[in-house]
Amino acid sequence: MTGVDVLLLALGAVAVGSGVFVVSTRHLVRAGLYLVVCLGAVAGMYLVLTAELVAWVQVLIYVGAVVVLLLFAVMLTRAPIGASDDLDRPGWPAALIGGGVGLGLAALLIDAFRWTTVELPEAGTAERIGEQVFASWVLPFEVLSILLLSALVGAIVLSRPDIGRTPGDSAARDRTPGDRPAGDEPAERAGSGGEGGAR
Amino acid sequence: MRPVIPYVTAALLFGLGVYGVLRRRNAVLVLMGVELMLNAVNLILITADTTTRALLPHSGQVFALFVIVLAAAEIGVGLAIVLQLYRMRASVAVDEVPLDTAPLDEVPMDKVPMEGQR
Repeated sequence: MTGVDVLLLALGAVAVGSGVFVVSTRHLVRAGLYLVVCLGAVAGMYLVLTAELVAWVQVLIYVGAVVVLLLFAVMLTRAPIGASDDLDRPGWPAALIGGGVGLGLAALLIDAFRWTTVELPEAGTAERIGEQVFASWVLPFEVLSILLLSALVGAIVLSRPDIGRTPGDSAARDRTPGDRPAGDEPAERAGSGGEGGAR
Repeated sequence: MRPVIPYVTAALLFGLGVYGVLRRRNAVLVLMGVELMLNAVNLILITADTTTRALLPHSGQVFALFVIVLAAAEIGVGLAIVLQLYRMRASVAVDEVPLDTAPLDEVPMDKVPMEGQR
């Protein structure tokens, strides 16, 4: 057991422990905050495993952006503050499948690697990773940029219900409730809510 | 460095993510389970990058970067869908979405009933 192993064991214990809290806590907001701890511990493991750039990207994107987005979604869906009992479904099939997958994969990997040691390679700094990305992986990189753009546009279109609605459609919707005043004011209000959601 | 430690950590994280996706009713918590699974895959990729000497150096780390980008796109679209579901059904419980009835006529976000008042 070297110092690297001890660090990896400690960070892995933190990651798995906070992961357990993410999937079992009864407070919605606490699940998001435990997710921060879990992702931070995984970023620490990346650092120990010499993946320097990936660790900082993980901190920036996951801990910085994704968790903030999740917490925004918790707020926008009017999540109850405090413990709530209706967050879970009956647990035994999920425990069976999740435990089977986790322990099965763990057994497979333990059997494959036993207690062998490897030398850590040179660190994956931004310079080396950048050389690889822009030399060998240019095409996937560009395809990913197109995917990001389409995901961005798709998210905006999804959260703006007034985009793509034909006038006949909105008139039919306004007629059905009967007592609603005519006009497209509800669509406008829903649209402004969608803008807040997209941000 | 003993690669079995991060590998087993990643396997357990993946199992936890599967459990979270199957167990939780709230759609936001389901997305958190998906994030746990994606992180486990990233950890496997990074560890494999240290244990194997590939033809192209650091391929595993480049792949991990790509997976992080995919996860960012996934969470953006997923949360947009969840918010739209909440606006139409006033609930984000994934197991009680009535597929055979018409949705509420898009209630604005400030008129949606609070949880527990329904």
